[in-house]
Formats: sequence, C-alpha cells, structure tokens
Amino acid sequence: MADEKKIKVPETQEGTVVYNLDPLIIKYHYEIDYIHSYAQDTPFFAGLAAGKLMGSRCPKCGYTYATPRAHCMHCGGKTEWVELPKEGTVHTWTTCYFGSEAFLPETPFTLIMVEFKGANTLFLSRLIGVEPGKAKIGMKVKAKFLRNSKFSPTDVYFVPA
Amino acid sequence: MRDVYVVSGGITKFSKASPDKDFRYMVKEAFDYAMNDVPKLTLDDIDGSVASYFSDHFTRQLMAGIMVQDYLGLCPKPSRRIESGGATGGMCFQSAWEAIASGRMDVCVAFGFETMSRVNTWKGNEFIALASDTNFDYPVGGFYTGYYAMMVQRHMHEFGTTVEQMAAVSVKNHGNALNNPYSQYPAKLTIKDVRNSEMVADPLTRLDVCVMSDGAAAVILASEEMAKKLTNKPVKVIGVGTGTDAMRLADRPHGDVILLPHEKKSDYKNLKYPGVHSFRGGRTAAKQAYEMAGIKDPRKEIDFVELHDAFTSSEIQTYEDIGLCKYGEGGKYVESGAADLDGAVPVNPTGGLLACGHPVGATGLMQAVFALWQLQGTIKKHFGNDKLQVKNAKRGLIHSHAGTGTYITVSVLERGF
Repeated sequence: MADEKKIKVPETQEGTVVYNLDPLIIKYHYEIDYIHSYAQDTPFFAGLAAGKLMGSRCPKCGYTYATPRAHCMHCGGKTEWVELPKEGTVHTWTTCYFGSEAFLPETPFTLIMVEFKGANTLFLSRLIGVEPGKAKIGMKVKAKFLRNSKFSPTDVYFVPA
Repeated sequence: MRDVYVVSGGITKFSKASPDKDFRYMVKEAFDYAMNDVPKLTLDDIDGSVASYFSDHFTRQLMAGIMVQDYLGLCPKPSRRIESGGATGGMCFQSAWEAIASGRMDVCVAFGFETMSRVNTWKGNEFIALASDTNFDYPVGGFYTGYYAMMVQRHMHEFGTTVEQMAAVSVKNHGNALNNPYSQYPAKLTIKDVRNSEMVADPLTRLDVCVMSDGAAAVILASEEMAKKLTNKPVKVIGVGTGTDAMRLADRPHGDVILLPHEKKSDYKNLKYPGVHSFRGGRTAAKQAYEMAGIKDPRKEIDFVELHDAFTSSEIQTYEDIGLCKYGEGGKYVESGAADLDGAVPVNPTGGLLACGHPVGATGLMQAVFALWQLQGTIKKHFGNDKLQVKNAKRGLIHSHAGTGTYITVSVLERGF
C-alpha cells in the first residue's frame, strides 16, 4: 500500500483575486475561442477581400438586400448574389463615445446605415474621415476596403464621396 | 380559453449590485413577498412556474431557472425558461398566462431575475450587444446605445423630434421614481442636466439611457376560481399581444403603417414604415392586445402605461407604436405633459426602466407587479406612500421590448373587483 502522506494534490503558487471578504467576491476568469463558420454568408466575406460589396436579390420577387441573406424574408425564395454599387447615402448615423468592452479602444467611432440605389434594405458600416458628431443624413459616401482583409464586416468602411 | 387573473406580486429593490444574495435568493425574496400578500395561497396550490432571465453570460450559470425552481420548493412541478432578450419578462408573464388560459394550470408563478453586476458595465454592454447579428452587426461596433441612437436620429429626421423632448422623458421618469422605494436611480433632474451629462452615442446622453441592475420579481397568476378564493382584489388580464421584427435594423422594411382602430390610412401619407424609426413589433403587439381586450381607442380606454423605456427615445417611439398619439407626435406628446403622473395617460408612473433599473429578466415582471398594485389601489401599502397611485385606475397596459424591437409584448390588465 502506498504511503498515505504522499497521496495529495500538488500545491501551486496560483492564488485567487479577492475583491471582498463578506460576502466573498472573487475574480472568475472565462475565455473562449469559437470555431465560427460564416456558412451561407461566406461569399460576402470573400467579396470584401476582393474589394466587392456583395448583396443578394430574390429572383422571384426582386427584393434586393444590401445586407445579404440566403433566403428572401418576404417570399422565402433562395436569393442570388449581386454586387452592390460602391457609392451610397447615409440613411442614419451616430457617433459612439462609449462602447462594448471589445470596442472601447476604438471610441469615438461613427456608425452609419447606408442606402444604395437599387437595394431595398440598408447596410451597417463605419464612417471614417468625418469629425465625431458631424455626419449627416443624406450625405453621399463611398466604400473603401482594407488591403489586408480580416474577413470581418469592418473590412469595408465608408468615407465622404 | 379561460379568464386569467393576477393575484399577487413582489419585487426586490433594484440596485447596481447586490452581492449579498445570488439569483436564487433574490427571486425567493420577491416570491415570498408575493406569497405573503395572499396568505391563503400555499406552495401546494401552485401548479408550476415560468422562469425569466436573459443572459446565461451574466449569471455565469446555465440552467439557472431550475435552480430557482428548486430553491423555491417547487420541484417536481412543471417549469420552463423563457428567453426573448429585453422582452423576456413580458414574454414570461404571457407564458404563465397561457398556462392558466389553456387550463393546464390553476396557479402559475412567473419569476424573473438578472444579476448584471457580475461583470463590469462595458463587458455587460458587450454581452448585450451579442444580441445583434454576430456576422454583420456586432463586429462593426456592437453597442446597443449606438443602435438606438441611429434609430432616433432617423426619428428626428422624419418627424422633427428634439433632444429636449427626449430629455423630458428622463426628467419625468427619474422624478416619478423619487416616491418609489424599489427604484435604483430616483433623481430630480432638469432638461439641462440630461443634456449636460456625458454623451454616450449621439444624441443619447447617460441620462437618456437606463442603467444595469441586479434584481428579481415574481408574479402569481391564477384561474378565476382560484383568484376569487385567494384575494378580494384580483386583476384580470384582458388582452395579450406579441410582435416581432428582423434582428438586423438594416433589414427593416419601408412599407405601409399597420393601423390601429382609431387611425386612418390618410394619417400617414408619405411615411415609410417602420424603417428604423419605429417598432413594427410594438404596433403588432398593441393591435392584438387591443383586439382581444375590445379596446377601440387606447387614448380613452387606458388609465396608465408601464412601458419599456430602456432609452428616452424608445419611450417616445412607443407612445406612437401603442397609439397614445400618431406616428411622429411622440415628442410633442411628452412635451405636452400628457404622459405625466397627472396627465391624460400617465406613462411609467413608477419611474420605468430609466429610474427603477433594468435587471432584464425581472423588468417585464416588475411592470406587471406595479400595474397590479396600481389597479388594486395598493400602491400606498407597498410603497409606503400613495404619491404614485394613479387615481381610480381601472385599466393599465404593460409593454416589454427586446432590442432593437425584435420581440415586443403588450398585455392589458383590468381591475377585476
């Protein structure tokens, strides 16, 4: 039989961050990497790397989505990919001076929803090159793309046209 | 379908952080308060429950609902969890209503909670923003205040709504809460205070936006037979409605207004609807609830409203969705004083989310609790003062809303005695 004194969990130098004793409040770390598939949205992200803004159109009812979706929300039909124009108009905007933790370092940033000629829906993006708080509804804007794609919707952004 | 009554309710005092009690204990506190208010009700009489909480991230615990069920002593009775973002509480209320209306249960508890203090405010904003399309919206700058700011920018553009009108909502709701002992953030404010507070996302300042909270609420619903046994002040649920809309703001249609009974097509000649400025789901929910309740003109047939004012702008947008005024008139409506405590239809007489706090899963149930007390005429008993009691309130509307208008519930409650 093994020596009972030697059967034990090894001690480590790691401690626990304690914020408060009563009630006892500790730091609990949690982190995760997802294996995220863009699945049916893949051609949009591939398009960004090629400097193209891809939307989708329903061949049955003609409804055109500036933010693509694989099936039409009106008639349920399978949509087809279409390239959107690179110029559009600001439908609405805001400048964020605060944000979610992940985006705090990027504040202030300006969000816009873009209208495109020939599209029935809008597209959310960032507007660069305009002072915080100075965007305007109706402003003409044009798309620019990162040279080195990150395969994120922020690979495209807009600047005043 | 059977008639359904609300017989009792309880809530915890909402606060920034309540580390002394976990989610189970908080719900227990609200539940015990509700049980004590109907002494004839025993645990044995309860047929089951519905649990309301928004985010497993905040709780750091999956299947928290069953842990509450167990803590309350309700196992092995039926229970289920409802999740529909910010509207989780309102949806939970309606799920409990369904359990009674269908005849499956005679007494059902709707309980809800959120423990948002478990992460810092900006991490909390990140969790909430994950309730937006993670392919197209979240990575661009996922921030709910930003989304609502864009919506109200368009509302201002379409209708001329002003930042001062939005600030008036904040002044009203924080002011009402001065007499609500359950509220997290009562304050006497001026329009100037609201506009001078830090800008979060143009045009919304800190005082245009609700805060994060810890809190719980519980509501007990019953069949007519049980309700009459348990209380001499039952409140009847006379209408329920639920509406939805596309998660991505970008996808919202630009079509025709869905009309309420007191509106005409000619009221909205050139308005593209809902666009990003209005909540089609809220209008749909109101329309259904009014049809069930037989309400033809909500302006005359509702005595008060508890609505989801996570942002001052969404209170203005919601006046219009639920037909307190026409689309485009929401800013003028609050400015006129119509939504004040002594106005035509008091809106958020107890302070709303802006001042009470917004522990998401508890919020919609908090509205049900306050509406119950208003209709029972028991505000004084529960608040310790009757300053917020809406005089002779016979009918109230509660409205629960998930970002950015994706799920919205409207329920209409009526004095049943």
